[in-house]
Amino acid sequence: MSLRVHVDVVSAEELIFSGETEFAVFPGEAGELGIYPRHSQLITRLKPGTVRLKVPGRDEFEMVYVSGGLLEVQPAMITVLADTAIRAADLDEAKAVEAKARAEEALKNRSAEINYAAAEAELAEAIAQIQAIKKLRNQH
Amino acid sequence: MPSGKEVRNKIKSVENTRKITKAMEMVAASKMRKAQDRMRAARPYGEKIRRVAGHLSHALSEYHHPFLASREKVKNVGLICVTSDKGLCGGLNSNILRLALQHMKEWEGEGKGLHVTAIGNKGFGFMQRAGARVVSSVIGLGDRPQLEKLIGAVKVQLDAYINGDIDVLYIGYTRFINTMRQEPVVEQLLPLTGDLVGESTNKWDYIYEPDAKSVIDDLLLRYVEALIYQAVAENMASEQSARMVAMKSASDNAKNVIGELKLVYNKARQAAITKELSEIVGGAAAV
Repeated sequence: MSLRVHVDVVSAEELIFSGETEFAVFPGEAGELGIYPRHSQLITRLKPGTVRLKVPGRDEFEMVYVSGGLLEVQPAMITVLADTAIRAADLDEAKAVEAKARAEEALKNRSAEINYAAAEAELAEAIAQIQAIKKLRNQH
Repeated sequence: MPSGKEVRNKIKSVENTRKITKAMEMVAASKMRKAQDRMRAARPYGEKIRRVAGHLSHALSEYHHPFLASREKVKNVGLICVTSDKGLCGGLNSNILRLALQHMKEWEGEGKGLHVTAIGNKGFGFMQRAGARVVSSVIGLGDRPQLEKLIGAVKVQLDAYINGDIDVLYIGYTRFINTMRQEPVVEQLLPLTGDLVGESTNKWDYIYEPDAKSVIDDLLLRYVEALIYQAVAENMASEQSARMVAMKSASDNAKNVIGELKLVYNKARQAAITKELSEIVGGAAAV
C-alpha cells in the first residue's frame, strides 16, 4: 500500500473536501506545488486555481477550485484554508471604502450625541410589548 | 352585545392572520434547519485556522502582530453589532441592542470614543436613530451569510484597529443555544483573547513561502473574519429559531382568539333565535 496523507479543504462557509490522498497539487503563490505524503512542514499562500487530489483507488484526480487562501502542510496532514471570495488588497480596500461611504451617506443628518434616553425608551417599548403579549397569552 | 355579522368578520380576519403566521412559522422552520447547518459548516474552518495560528504564533515568538498585543490604554472602542434584517422574530433584536446599548453607555461613561459597525438592517436603523457613530454597515445579507459581503465593513474596523483609531474591538450578536434559547452576547474580538498558542513542545518550524510575516498577517486576518462570519451565521440561526417560536405562539394565540370569538358568535346567534322565537310566541298569544 502506498503512503497516504489526509487532506482537508475548508472554507469559512463549508467543508469542501476531507479524505486520504496519495498525491496532491496546489496552486501556490510561488508556483505549483506537488506534495507527497511525509512532506516537511510548509505554509504558503495560494493563488486562485485548481487543487488536484489523487484519491486512492481512483484514476482521475479530484479537482477543487479555490479562489486563493492558505496551505498548511504537515507530514501526515494537509490543510487548505480556502477563501470564498477572490481576495486582493485593492479589492478589499474598495469594499471597505464602499462600506464606509454607505454608512456616511446614511449618517449625514444625524445628531452629534448619542441619545441614550430615546434609544432606551425605544427598546423598552419593544420589550414591554413582547412581555405584554406573553402575559396576555398566559391568561388564556 | 356585538351583532353576529360583526363577530363573523372579526373571526375571518383573525383566521387570515393565523394563516399568515402559520405560513411564516413553517418557512422559518425550514430556514432554521439550513441556517443551523451553515452555522455548523463554518466551524471546522475556525478550528483549523486556530490550530495553525497557534503553531505560528509559537514558532514566531519575536513577531507580535497587532491583533495579538493588547494595549495598555483604551481610548476608543469599536463595536460590531449583528442583528437581523427583518423583524417579527420576538425579542431577538431588542435584546441584543439593549445589551449593546448598556455597554455603549458604560464606555461613554468612561470617556471612550465609539465606532460602530452595524450588520443587519434592524441594528443599523437603531444605531442611526440613537445617533451612534456608525463607521460602516452591511444590510440585506439575505438568508445565506456571505463572507464576501462582510469583508468591506469589517475591514473598516480592522484598519481602525491597526491604525490605532480604536484600541479594542467587540462584537455583539445573538448566540444560538438551541431552538428555544438564544442568548445575546457582547464579546471581545480584538486583541485576540484565549490561548492561541499551542503546546510549547514543537521543536520544528514551517518552511514559509514567501515569508513568515506575511503568512501570519493573512492568517490572522482570516481568523478574525472567520470569527465574525461565525457570529453572523449564529445570529441567522438564532433569528430563524426566534421567528419560528414567535410565529408559533402567534398562531396558537390566534387559535385561542378564534375559539373565544366563536363562543361570542354562537351566543349572539342563539340570543337572536331565542328572541325571534319569543316574538313569534308572544305574537301568537296576542292573536
